[in-house]
Amino acid sequence: QADGTDGNCVTFVLHDEDHTLGNALRYMVMKNPDVEFCGYCITHPSESKINFRIQTRGALPAVEPFRKGLNDLMGVCQHVLNTFERSMKEYRAQR
Amino acid sequence: AAMAAKRRAEEMRDLVVLGEFGVRNVHTTDFPGNYSGYDDAWDQRRFEEAFRVDVIREEGDALEFDMVGIDAAIANAFRRILLAEVPTMAVEKVFVYNNTSIVQDEILAHRLGLIPIRADPRLFEYRNQGDEEGTEIDTLQFQLKIKCSRNPQAAKESSDPNELYFNHKVYSKHMTWVPLGNQTDLFPDADFRPVHDDILIALLRPGQEIDVLMHCVKGIGKDHAKFSPVATASYRLLPDITLLQPVEDEAAEKLQKCFSPGVIEIQNIKGKKVARVANARLDTFSREVFRHESLKNLVRLARVRNHYIFSVESTGILPPDVLVSEAIKILMGKCQRFLNELDSVPME
Repeated sequence: QADGTDGNCVTFVLHDEDHTLGNALRYMVMKNPDVEFCGYCITHPSESKINFRIQTRGALPAVEPFRKGLNDLMGVCQHVLNTFERSMKEYRAQR
Repeated sequence: AAMAAKRRAEEMRDLVVLGEFGVRNVHTTDFPGNYSGYDDAWDQRRFEEAFRVDVIREEGDALEFDMVGIDAAIANAFRRILLAEVPTMAVEKVFVYNNTSIVQDEILAHRLGLIPIRADPRLFEYRNQGDEEGTEIDTLQFQLKIKCSRNPQAAKESSDPNELYFNHKVYSKHMTWVPLGNQTDLFPDADFRPVHDDILIALLRPGQEIDVLMHCVKGIGKDHAKFSPVATASYRLLPDITLLQPVEDEAAEKLQKCFSPGVIEIQNIKGKKVARVANARLDTFSREVFRHESLKNLVRLARVRNHYIFSVESTGILPPDVLVSEAIKILMGKCQRFLNELDSVPME
């Protein structure tokens, strides 16, 4: 992790990650109304790490939207998994 | 004017519009603060109400299903994980004891690596780095030992190799599983073999033989494409075709020919032929309408931004619905990894 100026703008360096988690997490963090800026970039295509930057409005520490984004993404995946498995069961039952 | 502005805003939020020379409204814009009058902050409950999965077709190794109400970033994450991060077992190390065939050692090893192996990767562990030997919990051993010989009963003038030689074609069915250590006890009913028996590996002539021992390990597609569990996994967005004005008679006939069959149907209303959009889902969007001056302003071609039609075809190692479930679990695992790190490492 690397700091910008104070706790409101933080650039996280995530190792062994790429667009798969980067873009999905960026979407979830952008949905947070406290976040003023969120973006990610891949520093160099040969290295597998991403710079993930969050800037918050007001005095909220930037780690909070990051944590909330991760938790929200987990919630989305869990719901998608449950819905998918239920749909597969229903499809097989009525076939 | 207010209605028109609202319609424009909805179009910008919900549809990706295909214009004549470009595509508009590509990026997701429904973030908090962008639209007045809309509350775009993340709401799990609203998401769960709007989200649904419809399974369209499941045939053997191919699965087609719809995901409605999700964003491109997450749908793409699932697609990327299906292609590159769901683990499988594949041949990694080939110990060549004897190879007098015409196929070079490295080409033979490359071909053996690409053969899909029917073994549930969830029963195995990843091999530790630097471990050359391989233990019974992370390795599957296969043997391929075959020798080609002449058939003494063949007719004198025959030129058919099937009659002249024994074992001149090496198929994947000639690969046999050699249990390591306690694998016979761990997997008593298991039958580890390649998914397809009729994959041609090499051709031999009398006197040539192949004697190799293979180690299969668990890996992911990011490391080498042989570990990818899907033949392919792709998605497309649901097409949305709107007729901006009523289209009649000859124009209707011409319009019907511009789209894939079944998309536009002609109805007979009071003696006149009127075109109607019957099933937009079937269209492949060849944009033929834009080639005709008289038709191009009568339709709006668009795609629904949050309706994804997934098509997953497995190589046969795991059924496609298991692959999708595993992909979703892998994305959860990634989030969990960073959450754990956030909690354990102290912030400065």
